[in-house]
Amino acid sequence: MKAKHQRLVLVTLALVAIIGAGLLAVYALRNQASYFYLPEQMLADPPQPGQAVRLGGMVEVGSLKTDPDGVTMHFMVTGKDDSRVPVRFSGIAPDLFVEGSGVVAEGKLGADGTFVADNLLAKHDENYVPRELEGMNEHQAAKMAEETTVGLK
Amino acid sequence: MIAELGLAALWLAAALAALQLVAGFLAARADGETELAALIRPAAVVQGALAAVAFAMLIWLFAITDLSVKLVAANSHSMKPLVFKIAGAWGNHEGSMLLWVTVMALAGALIALVERRLPERTMQATLAAQGVVSLGFYAFLLFSSNPFERLPIPAAEGQGLNPLLQDLGLAFHPPTLYLGYVGLSVAFSFAVGALITRQVTSEFARAMRPWVLGAWVFLTIGITAGSYWAYYELGWGGWWFWDPVENASLMPWLAATALLHSASVLASRDALRTWTIMLGVVAFSMSMVGTFLVRSGILTSVHAFAVDPERGSFILALLALYIGGALLLFALRASTISEGERFTVASREGALVFNNVMLSAILAIVLLGTLYPLVTEAFDVRVSVGPPYFNPVGAIFAVPMLVVMTVGPLLRWRQDRLERVRNEVALVAALMLAALVLFSLLASVSLLPLLGLALGIGVGVASILPLRGRKLTRVPLATWGMVVAHFGIAVALLGMASESAFSTERLAAVQVGEATTVGPWAITLEGVEPVAGPNWTALEGRIAARYDGGEPTVIDPQARSFWAPPQQTTESALITRWNGQLYAVVGDQATDGRWQLRLWWKPFVTLIWYGGLLVALGGVLALVGRVLSDLKRRHVVKRMAERRKEQEALS
Repeated sequence: MKAKHQRLVLVTLALVAIIGAGLLAVYALRNQASYFYLPEQMLADPPQPGQAVRLGGMVEVGSLKTDPDGVTMHFMVTGKDDSRVPVRFSGIAPDLFVEGSGVVAEGKLGADGTFVADNLLAKHDENYVPRELEGMNEHQAAKMAEETTVGLK
Repeated sequence: MIAELGLAALWLAAALAALQLVAGFLAARADGETELAALIRPAAVVQGALAAVAFAMLIWLFAITDLSVKLVAANSHSMKPLVFKIAGAWGNHEGSMLLWVTVMALAGALIALVERRLPERTMQATLAAQGVVSLGFYAFLLFSSNPFERLPIPAAEGQGLNPLLQDLGLAFHPPTLYLGYVGLSVAFSFAVGALITRQVTSEFARAMRPWVLGAWVFLTIGITAGSYWAYYELGWGGWWFWDPVENASLMPWLAATALLHSASVLASRDALRTWTIMLGVVAFSMSMVGTFLVRSGILTSVHAFAVDPERGSFILALLALYIGGALLLFALRASTISEGERFTVASREGALVFNNVMLSAILAIVLLGTLYPLVTEAFDVRVSVGPPYFNPVGAIFAVPMLVVMTVGPLLRWRQDRLERVRNEVALVAALMLAALVLFSLLASVSLLPLLGLALGIGVGVASILPLRGRKLTRVPLATWGMVVAHFGIAVALLGMASESAFSTERLAAVQVGEATTVGPWAITLEGVEPVAGPNWTALEGRIAARYDGGEPTVIDPQARSFWAPPQQTTESALITRWNGQLYAVVGDQATDGRWQLRLWWKPFVTLIWYGGLLVALGGVLALVGRVLSDLKRRHVVKRMAERRKEQEALS
């Protein structure tokens, strides 16, 4: 093989591998688009049971309950309209996980329609909000204002 | 006065960087020597000294807590321990940028002082390229992030340092990564210099290699330390989250690893010329992309950083300028770089090319996965890309790379037959097969960890095979470096696979005095008490842990609350044994008085970080070996020249 040919073969192989990696990545990433769900999306078009996804929304006020085992908790995640998805989580909740604040639950949708979370992402500190939840606070504030002003009228 | 001196030194350094650029440009255009060209080396040396002076001034200001300086007032406090005052100098945006440019200028000074192997014109072009890159960062500092800015009225007290950063390990973590990034900028300048003069030779690769090795060692240490910090500080029990900030340091590491291997092909065998140049450009581009992602605030991450969109755009502009310029130059010049030596597929070069292509593919996967959320965001779709993407897609390329890694170091340069290494290949294959069968029979291990265990054993054994039949004291240091680094990869791989495959977890709510178990451990919660530190309060659990019925060890995990700035952290407690770690986190108290405990037994998890350190040690050995043999060679050349002179004098 001539030197020039060898270089051509090498360049071609490298290009094929890297473009292959790129295509594979893009293909896999397209599936990632259905990795994150809002409650309304999860109700309208639920993921396959058992598929690892994330569910993001607000923890409904008054919905948080702990099982007798002391470590399993149940709560409702609400979205923009009145859609609610029940979530079950066993573990130590993040420090800033409270009712009425945003949460991203990582886990799988169970056959009974309960989202079984194996990890919760809440606000990590003053600076960090899960990216999916940015901007959701405003909406929630508006919604809560609506709810709390009903009695005043 | 000190702040003004620092600022003046910075302006002068910037002027010298501009001189380097102009003189280098003229020297490159003129065919012969120009008078200006003689100024390039001295300019680089003085520039290095001035940048160091500016940085020393900043450290001084922090050490004495000069509160008339804005940066000090915003990031320090008079009551802080001295070591954190000093670390505070680079624990912020402006200071870390000054650190970046100082390291870069010092590197330039060092090249100007010691590097004599390259043709003088390539050297001048390299220093000119360095001038261009530094100039961008000087402009950034002087026009948008002046670290020496004074306050109109001195502050009465400083605002303190983020409590998460008041940790010795973390104080030295960013400089470590930065040294890596900056080392790659030197490799970039070399690549540009060589492109300008079209002198891509094995001498060039030998001159560039120590810089790549050094950068790679620092990146390796930085990534390893960052992973361990996230593991014990976040309290999630994980060691890699595919967080954008982690990816920002992984991407330059992948590129530097590829560059290291291709530079060594170029140095030893004079092949892969254009490819090495290309990787030199890509590696530095990745460190710029990393800086951009971390500093621009374009994405949030669990590692909180100060963010400022204006700075983001500045770095983006620099990024476009440098990478665009270098790629343009590459496109114009690549075809004029002459052919290198040839080799066959089954050869050391062939294996290294394979490694390079696979590393580049993994780099592409990580880069796309990291940037994808930014792209979809532009179309108002929020996406998170996590382990379900990175792990399997990355493994498609990592697994074949690791397989080839078991054979590559055994092959000869240029041309070899696989039959020659038949016995070694058979041994490694048999071991991997045995591991696969054994682990799949013993425990229910999922595919990736299973492959990891088998490959870890295969790579581990294969990595020491190059030493067989050799007198160990005669093996060159650089070869030891390769052996140790490859063995480190195997060790880390075994740690990762073992952690994913064999970790056991216990989550329980227990009364004080109650006992529970996790893996071979018996755990008793002896009490929970409030404790207070200098700037935090915490609930501290007292946990007695017995391994396999042995003596109890008491550990104290905490849930800590800081008040300025208000922040909560989980202080996990660890017991490290030779065969793994117990990891304990204390949670909330239930209404009936029980406390939540989260416990993990992670067999051999520490191998992950020991492996990382071994990889770095391998790099250090190779670096020392290369530098020593260079010095020796220089000495021999000098002696030969002297002898020739003597003989001439005699005749």
